[in-house]
Amino acid sequence: MCLGVVGRIDEIHGETATAEILGVRRQISIVLVPEAKINDYVMIHAGFAINIMDARDARETEELISEVLKYSR
Amino acid sequence: MLKALMETVASKIIKAISEITDRPVSLMEVCGTHTMVIAKSGMRAMLPGKLRLLSGPGCPVCVTPQETIDYCIALSREANVIIATFGDMVRVPGTRGTLEAHAPRVVYSPLDALTIAKENPGRDVVFLGVGFETTSPTIGATIVEAARKNVRNFYVLSAFKLIPPALDYIARSPQIDVQGLILPGHVSAIIGSKPYEFLAEKYHMPGCITGFEPIDVLQGILILTRQIVDGKSAITIEYDRVVKPEGNSQALGILNMVFDVCESRWRGIGMIPDSGLKLSSKYSRFDVRNEYDIKVPESAEPKGCICGRVLLGLSMPFDCALFGKRCTPVDPVGPCMVSSEGSCAAYFRYGDYGKTGQNGAT
Ligand code: SF4
Repeated sequence: MCLGVVGRIDEIHGETATAEILGVRRQISIVLVPEAKINDYVMIHAGFAINIMDARDARETEELISEVLKYSR
Repeated sequence: MLKALMETVASKIIKAISEITDRPVSLMEVCGTHTMVIAKSGMRAMLPGKLRLLSGPGCPVCVTPQETIDYCIALSREANVIIATFGDMVRVPGTRGTLEAHAPRVVYSPLDALTIAKENPGRDVVFLGVGFETTSPTIGATIVEAARKNVRNFYVLSAFKLIPPALDYIARSPQIDVQGLILPGHVSAIIGSKPYEFLAEKYHMPGCITGFEPIDVLQGILILTRQIVDGKSAITIEYDRVVKPEGNSQALGILNMVFDVCESRWRGIGMIPDSGLKLSSKYSRFDVRNEYDIKVPESAEPKGCICGRVLLGLSMPFDCALFGKRCTPVDPVGPCMVSSEGSCAAYFRYGDYGKTGQNGAT
């Protein structure tokens, strides 16, 4: 139930934003991440952005590879 | 390519775990979403037989008491009430029947329930609030919005639960044999890593906040296995692309303002101190129990269902005599078979049971 989807913020109108989620534009609330800016990637749960993501694209395999390497020894 | 990567990590896990020769290693994936990822990816087949992955209590639908559902069904009989909730909740069996038969409004966001309230000024809209720290801030923010807009016909039935007190319960239970915890990614996006530190300090139990790609879960397992091999215990963050150690301070502020911590009953487990949320006095006018004082009788679990044991990692779904026979996702007996992220449903759906390596079979 704690599923989240990643979206990119396109427009901001006060506490509401339009985010592109897998190619679809949706209204989300950014009241839990007031520092969000246009083009930020956010994790969205139940219509609310719950965090701003560090990575530009969380699903990028390259990043996952470097993560794996970090723990290799 | 991703498969090769997964195999690389899996081989590292096998290598690390081969250093432990005297006993099996049990890890608990606390979060139901992880249970689903593990079952769906088929990663158990890649992992060493000595490593056991046990499901935990992190399935909100599974741990919501029948009494909450019974109360909601009784509420929905009031002519003036509209029940709104998340889709996951409507098929969960109460003592007699589910909410589904009582035409609840299924919403994606709690803000949609507030919209329903505004559109139906003559009726009371009650949001059945279930979930963990991922979800409760979204309802908290909705309540703040309702107060600001002075919406008088919006109420919440607060059945929210907190993860760290449940983990404390697990860590201190002598009969639960778990050496490390795969910690929930999105709960931790809100609370950060600090609320788990007691696990390492008090119980010498390592924990790893883990993301939801199969490769994330394998990495989480690797990090935990290495710590166990080295006799270490720390709380680490594998899912650092989303989770910050300090969590989300804005969301935590809203939780603090709107809710107070209270004791809470976990279905199949029992009462756990300080593990739930109720509305704070400032927002108590949104508490539906103040408005509708309906008593529902105490309820017993369905006969034969061992969900409580499954949720604590004491039994595997296939240990239940009803599993796959009288109890299936189409006709579920207990809550762990209803929710797609319940362990019984995950094991059933992906045929991920009875394999060697699970339940210490080999
Ligand atoms: S298989 Fe069904 S009856 Fe058995 S524990 Fe799971 S949900 Fe309960």
